[in-house]
Amino acid sequence: MKRLTYIVLFFAVTGFADESDYTAAREAMVEDVRYYAQLAHDPDAVGLSDAVMTAMGSVERHELVPASQRRYSYENRPLPIGYGQTISQPYIVALMTELIAPDADDIVLEVGTGSGYQAAVLAELVDHVYSIEIISALADRARVDLERLGYENISGKLGDGYYGWEEHAPFDAIVVTAAASHVPPPLIEQLKPGGRMVIPVGGRFLTQTLLLLEKSDTGEIVTRQFGAVRFVPLTGEH
Amino acid sequence: MRRLFPAILLISAAAIGYELLLMRVLSIVQWHHFAYMIISIALLGYGVSGTFIALLRHRLEARFETAFSASALLFSITMVVCFALGQRVPFNALELVWDSNQLLYLSLIYLVFLVPFFFAAVCIGLAFTCRQQVIGRIYFFDLVGAGLGAILIIGALFALMPQNALLLMMTLPLVASLIMASVSRARIPLMIVQAGWLALLLAGVPQQQLALKLSDYKGLSQALQVIDSRVLKNVSGPLGLLTVVDSPSVPFRHAPGLSFGTHHIPPRQLAVFTDGDSMTTINRFDGDLGSLAYLGDMTAALPYSLLEKPEVLVLGAGGGSDVLLALYHGAKSVDAVELNPQMTELVQDTYADFAGLVYDDPRVTLYPMEARGFVAKSDSLYDLIHIGLLDSFAAAGAGVQAQSESYIYTVEAIAEYLTHTTAGGMLAITRWLKHPPRDGLKLIATAIEALESLGIEQPAKQLAVIRSWNTSTLLIKNGVLEADEVASIRRFAHSRSFDIAWLPDIESHETNRFNKLDRPYLYDGTMALLGDRSDAFLERYKFYIEPATDNRPYYFHFFKWTTLPEVIAVRTAGGAGLIEWGYLILIATLAQATLAGFFLILLPLWRVERQWPAGTGAPMGAYFLLLGFAFLFIEMAFIQKFILFLAHPLYSVAVVLSGFLVFAGIGSAYSQKLAERLERLGRSPLTVVVGGIALFTLLYLFLLPPLFQRFIGYSDSTKIVLSIALIAPLAVCMGMPFPLGLRRVAEIATGFIPWAWGINGFASVISAVLATMLAIEFGFNAVILLALSCYVLASLIYATLARTSSPSPPPR
Repeated sequence: MKRLTYIVLFFAVTGFADESDYTAAREAMVEDVRYYAQLAHDPDAVGLSDAVMTAMGSVERHELVPASQRRYSYENRPLPIGYGQTISQPYIVALMTELIAPDADDIVLEVGTGSGYQAAVLAELVDHVYSIEIISALADRARVDLERLGYENISGKLGDGYYGWEEHAPFDAIVVTAAASHVPPPLIEQLKPGGRMVIPVGGRFLTQTLLLLEKSDTGEIVTRQFGAVRFVPLTGEH
Repeated sequence: MRRLFPAILLISAAAIGYELLLMRVLSIVQWHHFAYMIISIALLGYGVSGTFIALLRHRLEARFETAFSASALLFSITMVVCFALGQRVPFNALELVWDSNQLLYLSLIYLVFLVPFFFAAVCIGLAFTCRQQVIGRIYFFDLVGAGLGAILIIGALFALMPQNALLLMMTLPLVASLIMASVSRARIPLMIVQAGWLALLLAGVPQQQLALKLSDYKGLSQALQVIDSRVLKNVSGPLGLLTVVDSPSVPFRHAPGLSFGTHHIPPRQLAVFTDGDSMTTINRFDGDLGSLAYLGDMTAALPYSLLEKPEVLVLGAGGGSDVLLALYHGAKSVDAVELNPQMTELVQDTYADFAGLVYDDPRVTLYPMEARGFVAKSDSLYDLIHIGLLDSFAAAGAGVQAQSESYIYTVEAIAEYLTHTTAGGMLAITRWLKHPPRDGLKLIATAIEALESLGIEQPAKQLAVIRSWNTSTLLIKNGVLEADEVASIRRFAHSRSFDIAWLPDIESHETNRFNKLDRPYLYDGTMALLGDRSDAFLERYKFYIEPATDNRPYYFHFFKWTTLPEVIAVRTAGGAGLIEWGYLILIATLAQATLAGFFLILLPLWRVERQWPAGTGAPMGAYFLLLGFAFLFIEMAFIQKFILFLAHPLYSVAVVLSGFLVFAGIGSAYSQKLAERLERLGRSPLTVVVGGIALFTLLYLFLLPPLFQRFIGYSDSTKIVLSIALIAPLAVCMGMPFPLGLRRVAEIATGFIPWAWGINGFASVISAVLATMLAIEFGFNAVILLALSCYVLASLIYATLARTSSPSPPPR
């Protein structure tokens, strides 16, 4: 923790000089995320696998945020990316990725490309990521950024994510990063039996819980909600 | 001299109009939490101007007309400039927990909006200081102006967008400046600047800068980012700015709590945002009820599984979804109550064809009224009273409404609703669900207390609660839930994959089946609230979920100080959503009000010569400090109390603020005569006045609830007249202690007078925010009693000052 604070403070004052600075900051961020995952020492809490942590350590988050936010890109917090959207807190991205239990041959649908960061993390772990965005400027920016970073296994499109992406369905997993008043029935249909869907619940800067929807082999649906942090709402029950 | 009076009237009208306008605008571009900050800012402007005049009195006195005209002109200019600047401060309340710069931005907003009020106050203060021979008439025009300003801005907001209302208001001080410039020695340079400003206005330059810049994170801003979405209509009104949005490429599909087992998809919808948030939707309806099948798969549909052709009352009808819900389920009749007539106009007229003339259905009767007022006045009994989701999840989830009074979800309200249900009838309320639960549990606690207040011994037998992954619906029956009803509830919930959080015969295995949590918190909490040790549970729960009452109507307040260190510690570990940041903004506002008051009002006064007899400074200071607290505590508590009666915060602020200003002014003007008369009789004037304040405040503590209950259903004009009549005698009394104190100070040491103003202003600035905090923590009655204690303490200090004062001649 302290190490990250010093690194962030140092770069906040001096600015990032070169790529190696970003690499160091990214490593510190991964450590930070790991630290918080251990902090949630709840037997039911989501643990973070090495594969997910490796992916988090590989994606160049600073390349996916606006220039004005670049110096904060490896802080463990959400950042504004314009158009009323945010790039999620790295810790939340790691948890969401973990919750869908990604496999190397998985085909994953993402609804809400945003900065492209979540898609990039997923692309490090799965076969292909299909991502849909409803804000034209964000879709364009993410496409350019992800191409520049060399992600060939991400396909994006501009449009309505409510009906999923029929041509590439069914999906092993679906990650919904956009807010919704309900889980779109067409997305549930496009989820493979045994598939998982994850949705963050809460405001743009304040993720409250993560909703995991699981479709059994028989098509039965059950959801589970995870607090990102262990928090017992009663005093004296720790 | 005659020119001064209309100028005073115009300045005063513009100042109060601007204050109310800023409250509206900041509610639109940000959230409601700025409302009480604006009152504090306005008071700070007056406080700072007092210090400014005290320091430069001689220079300003010699150039009175010029200084007045220049200040009025600067008031006019800064009203516009600061409005534009304030909107450009990149304050993002939602980022407060992540970014400490946001505190800086919050302070910047505070300081930017201080400037226009400072110039307005300089005008008024100069007139009082330099034209003491006509002080009575100045008072008169100042107070009449305040009253007219409130009426003018409310009327203007019905006809104009807020930025255009601003342009109307800023012409008032400009005219005042022109009037005073005509008798000023510096009329030529003043008129050049006035002409320049006028030319800019006519060229439309400011208008380009005044467009409302909503927070990027409000629902409307987000909706407008979506491809092909567009605003169809804006409707401005004092109750809210309504914006209708269509999104043809990515349609709105608002269906909170829709079962994930459903195969039904919502039809095309138009979104209606109130003040850029709190979205309601207008469903496209062509008369085919089949297109509304999705409505039956939401938790809100639960009561309809138990009732055959019910007579329904929908409170908060909005865009009509809940009315359609009732019609879809074959309701015999639907009385739809909606506070904002402009909202119903959209559904009934503007988009009537789209909405399928839902409000023209013979079964539907529309009442453009406030919910509590309607219920209090109504003699009807309903099979079902339905309250749907009235706010957005983002707002509910972020704690943005912590300071919002809501008289819909109080113990008294729920008891009142229940008395308007038939035997066996039901009240159903749907809320967003948070984890761990906050409002859901608070609502259940409130319902239990309401049932107990009605003499129900076993509330557990009359309650049912179900939950989806993001909503919960509470059902309260007017009577015990029968076995067949319980079975129907189970069938409804299980077939739609909803979990049961409470039923009279609930079993723990059915509480966490479809939407699994690490614990079934809502069930655990309901069980605890219905048990013998509910008080201990409320105490131990880490969020504040004690029932909301009319005395503490802060339904959305969940903050507990004891929880703060823990949630701050887990902020970056995914715990940011646990922080109730709305309350933290209030604390930040109080801190900055205190600092600004100290540095801008009190500190500069050190430059004023400090000469007064030893031992008198502290009691004199304490006296004016106490008065500042006491006056504002009562005024703020009344503003919040009268929201229930007058239906909306803006109406309440307008009526209560103007009422207190006008009648306290009258009291102040009459204080000298009263004091002389009472002193001749050998009685202390302050004791008599404080006695009057005590009488009225204590009387109102008991009298206001039944009076509100009796008259809440009456027309707005009747309620406004009654409100003013209630405020008048109390305000007249409250207007007296300050001038009586000044009179005493003048006898002891005239050098203390600027300090008296400054200390009183400082206390007022703090109290505007502190009163809200105290009301949230302890309730309005406690705030009023605290204010009364301050008055009593002040009267004791006054008595000691009386003994201290020498028989010197009265002040000149």
